[in-house]
Amino acid sequence: MRRRTKERLFFLLFRGCALVVALALLIIVGNIVLLGIGTISWEFLTQFPKRNFTDGGIFPAIVGTLYLMTLVMLIAVPIGVFTAVYISEYQGKSRFANWLRVAVNNLAGVPSIVYGLLGLGMLVLFFGWGFSLIASAVTLAFLVLPLVITASREAIQAVPSSLREASLALGTTKWQTIRHHVLPYSLPGILTGVILSLSRAAGETAPILLTGVVLTKSILPQDIWDTFMAMPFQLYALATQTVFEKTQDFQYGTALVLLVMVVLMNLVAIIIRNKYREKYKW
Amino acid sequence: MAHKRRMTAKRRRFYDSSIFVILSIVSVFAILVLVAVAAFLLINSIPAFTQVNQWGFFTGTVWDPTNPIEPLYGMVPLLVSTLIVTFVSALIAIPIGLGATIYLAEIAHPKIRKVMKPAVEVLAGIPSVVLGFFALTVFAKFMWEAFAPAWRPSDYLNLFNGAVFLAIMMVPIMVSLSEDAVNSVPRSLKEASMALGMTRWETVWKVIIPAARPGIVAAVMLSIGRAVGETMVVVMATGSSPQLTFDPFSSGQPITSTIAIEMGEVAANTPHYYVLFELGLVLFAITFALNYVADWAMRRHTERYQ
Repeated sequence: MRRRTKERLFFLLFRGCALVVALALLIIVGNIVLLGIGTISWEFLTQFPKRNFTDGGIFPAIVGTLYLMTLVMLIAVPIGVFTAVYISEYQGKSRFANWLRVAVNNLAGVPSIVYGLLGLGMLVLFFGWGFSLIASAVTLAFLVLPLVITASREAIQAVPSSLREASLALGTTKWQTIRHHVLPYSLPGILTGVILSLSRAAGETAPILLTGVVLTKSILPQDIWDTFMAMPFQLYALATQTVFEKTQDFQYGTALVLLVMVVLMNLVAIIIRNKYREKYKW
Repeated sequence: MAHKRRMTAKRRRFYDSSIFVILSIVSVFAILVLVAVAAFLLINSIPAFTQVNQWGFFTGTVWDPTNPIEPLYGMVPLLVSTLIVTFVSALIAIPIGLGATIYLAEIAHPKIRKVMKPAVEVLAGIPSVVLGFFALTVFAKFMWEAFAPAWRPSDYLNLFNGAVFLAIMMVPIMVSLSEDAVNSVPRSLKEASMALGMTRWETVWKVIIPAARPGIVAAVMLSIGRAVGETMVVVMATGSSPQLTFDPFSSGQPITSTIAIEMGEVAANTPHYYVLFELGLVLFAITFALNYVADWAMRRHTERYQ
């Protein structure tokens, strides 16, 4: 009997752990939704901030974040997917592929602030790009590259080898097999990884802090060499600078818009993955 | 395909090999990025090696880089702050993460699991700046007001405050990685243990966890790496005062915050600027080592269960 009691006790403890995790999520999201929802209005989403962030809206910060995500996608996705194809389809066991894997694993662990230092030292100063949208976007693309590669690799490797063999047996070349058989089936997995990476890029603050984001700017960025506003930085700056004392509504509003955007992207990614996991059961 | 001009075998092979060349060239990029990280940290730190007393950097207990008379660049207070937040957050996140993993993998009803797993992923997706914001505006106030004055933390914003939210970032990493490890333990092991009359708890504790240990070690290392390198939560929650303290309830300033806060105010190519890069180098070295251990543990895990 004592063994059963022990089991019940420990399982209760584990349930408690899971409950704590669920509660943490609920409290944080609930707090921001409840306190932020009152600020959200059409004006808040479509106007420039006025009077030291006490009136108007966060339009330029939303646009800045969207610009960033678009550029990150254009840079990181082709490179990431190609690298994943290379690792999993071509040179799986070569020494170079091994180095590549080690490099990707290590890149995934590099702190975001260190990416910021790379962006500052290399892109902003050494390449002379200055504080700019493109410097921030490339820095964030570096940051999400390992995520894109890992997700794509897993998706590609989940395609059964019988499919490749059947295609090759019909006389196709390797690339034809990849292009027409492997990639279409791994697309949902790759897409999931891409969406998650972009949501990560949207929320990152430290790298753009060092490479080009500004708190106030009266116009939208004119080209990729221009500085820009972005939601995560705006939230950080308003929350920590005492100069802006009456910006609480703005802070919660920005936090809510950012949170909703990121959580929606996460949910879409999860739904795509679950749907196709059921559809393709090998 | 019939309407397209058929490629001859020769052309197809040429096409194929040029794709291979393109893929190989693109793949070098990931390695280049890692090399660039190391190279640019090093290049920008080298001037610090000569312009700033290195003994003072590694052992100095005062961080006062803006002092006009004698700037002091002792990184010990920053390192101690980083170690405290990492240690406290690991203390919170590892047991909770492991408990939640076991709950999800072994105890939870499939319906609950179906809701709980996406919930953990959503938690992982919350931007760190939002967690930092919550720590700054809600949790710090709660800690300050919930206790009688005698029991209050030493400072309104303190290291513990940051550690709690680092733990919230670490738990999803712990859960998703160690769940993979637990799930990859062969069913037969579990069944054998149950067949011998062990309870489910005994099976978890004496069979599943030992079998999944290398994977769990990797999960722990990677989440600790995340805590060491996380910036926004500690910038916003820990109070940012670079004093040497061993009290988790007083404010401090971890390495990452120092870089984030001071890099914006420093002029390029000054000793202070170079020292901040050297701090980045230290950070990079720490996370590199943690990653190495995680990688090694993970390899042992996959070797064990193919």
